[in-house]
Amino acid sequence: MARANRFRSTLAALAALPGLAGPAAADQDVVIDIIGGVEGATPIAIVPFQPQDGAAPGTDIADIISADLARTGRFEVLPEEDLVETPSRMADVDFATWRALGVDYLALGEVSPAGEARYEVRYELLNAYQEGRTDGHRYRAAAQDLRTVAHTLSDRIYEQITGRSGAFTQKIAYIAVDKGEGEQGRQYRLVVADADGHRSQTILTSEEPLLSPAWSPDRERLAYVSFEGGSSEVFVQDVHTGERERVAAFRGINSAPAWSPDGERLAVTLSRDGAANIHLIDVASGDVHPVTRHWAIDTAAAWGPDGDWLYFTSDRGGPPQIYRTHPDGQQTERVTYEGSYNARPSIGPSGERMAMVHRQDGAYYIAVQDLETETVRVISDGPADESPSFAPNGDMVLYTVGGEAGERLATASVIGNAIAPLRATEQEGTRLREPDW
Amino acid sequence: MSTTGTAPTTLGRLRLLGAAAGLGLLAGCASWTGGQGGMDEGPAEEVEGSEVATGETDDSSEADAQGLSEAEQERARAQGLDPEDPLDAAVLEDPDSPLATRRIHFDFDDSAIRDEYVPVLEAHGAFLAEHPEEELTIEGHTDERGSREYNLALGERRAESVEEMLRAHGAQPGQLETVSYGEEKPLVDASNEEAWAENRRAKLIYED
Repeated sequence: MARANRFRSTLAALAALPGLAGPAAADQDVVIDIIGGVEGATPIAIVPFQPQDGAAPGTDIADIISADLARTGRFEVLPEEDLVETPSRMADVDFATWRALGVDYLALGEVSPAGEARYEVRYELLNAYQEGRTDGHRYRAAAQDLRTVAHTLSDRIYEQITGRSGAFTQKIAYIAVDKGEGEQGRQYRLVVADADGHRSQTILTSEEPLLSPAWSPDRERLAYVSFEGGSSEVFVQDVHTGERERVAAFRGINSAPAWSPDGERLAVTLSRDGAANIHLIDVASGDVHPVTRHWAIDTAAAWGPDGDWLYFTSDRGGPPQIYRTHPDGQQTERVTYEGSYNARPSIGPSGERMAMVHRQDGAYYIAVQDLETETVRVISDGPADESPSFAPNGDMVLYTVGGEAGERLATASVIGNAIAPLRATEQEGTRLREPDW
Repeated sequence: MSTTGTAPTTLGRLRLLGAAAGLGLLAGCASWTGGQGGMDEGPAEEVEGSEVATGETDDSSEADAQGLSEAEQERARAQGLDPEDPLDAAVLEDPDSPLATRRIHFDFDDSAIRDEYVPVLEAHGAFLAEHPEEELTIEGHTDERGSREYNLALGERRAESVEEMLRAHGAQPGQLETVSYGEEKPLVDASNEEAWAENRRAKLIYED
């Protein structure tokens, strides 16, 4: 795909170095490798936060913020080598210098010791043209929580400048598949991590496939599919306690869980009565209600934000397309018409847009369809992209990049054309897929 | 990983076999015995016409473990086959038997049984009919392309279309179980046309 605006910022070359993906390299290495970016993206400089009084926090806050903001497509982050000065307070800032570098905003700050393995982070967001402070805040946190502080700052900056809420403090979930010895020994893990893939924590390990993780609306539980019983079954697991419950294990397939916005029901695909159809399971009682009743494959349900509509993949008209119906199964209508294959919907938080897997010339891309105008726009590079998941703010889509190189995760911005890989802290050779943000 | 070793070589032969088996079915379901019994009696003519059962024309109606030499039995055990097991015995008897094929492949986004696999499923169906004690699990698989959730359902549909054909040829519902793995368990771990073709499959697994 041709892209109007193409730049590669800062440490892109590092991405080619072997070993960076290993856990040893883990949190020190934030690699920014953004392709694209929106025309008219806001130029911003993130100045390295200056350590004070011998602080050595081991977390590069500015690096994390830079990577977060570049990922959104709405910011053009000044490459680190172009930073001619590293002020840490507004009083030390020569605004003319920053205007000459072409930035509209700069973020800067300090990290000071605040007790045993704790730090205080002081941050300011400055407007280079108004020569004034747009935002400022202090945080105190344990050393291991400084990445949370960094993502919080990313969200603050994003909100201050775009007027939209940020998404970087929300955790993601994904499935990791560790390469085994030959056919055997493959290991599947359900992982929760920061939005940039760091600080990953495995919350379930299995020798049989795991798939389709889905966050509950309260972010306390994950629903997913496990083959541990020999066939597909749906589980719900408390992320904190690890307690889990099998909620669907009927004859045939039990798959594709999706939480209702109120968190009380799961839409799932069951084939217990023959064909794969969408059903609703009341999580508390376990009661099952069919939604679709069709001989074709109906699967991969996604809720609209107000719970009025269930979007799903169906091949009732031939190749897979996306349809929607009300949760009581009334008024089913086709939603996608562009292209011969559209599947696996994810609905944005405002309900205005739908992300999906979209085939074009034999390749699979992530596309976003405006649900009002029905305009479809491809936002990923293909050729084997899968499993889109909207960021909680609707401004990015997290998805699986497939293909010969093995599966990995990436984000694409909905506005603009920023595509950025997610550098998860996983072993080299581990496949990462099916993210849910 | 040869998938074509037991497949008949010409389309004409396939059609012939299909027709012959169809006739047999109409005649009362027992025509194409396929298993260890070989093809005694009338239906043998039809099957012979199919030219598939080349190794089974010795008309031995006792072609089970006893029909194999010591050396053959030993070799069989070395291959992991059990000469006492009727299915293994039938395959040992005739390595070209359609029963030796336990994996069938599908076209992209399709669950229709390809012509070349019709005789295979006819043979397995008839074998199951003859051996009600045998149980078979049918695994459905897809290639990696497209939506994982959709592929899970497509894998099930493939397993079911195999199940349907086995039942049409005499297998009983209680003998059959289906499970879909979708794209989760590829046979060939690569991303190219050859690998995808290998991975779009249904696997027939007889329970021990």
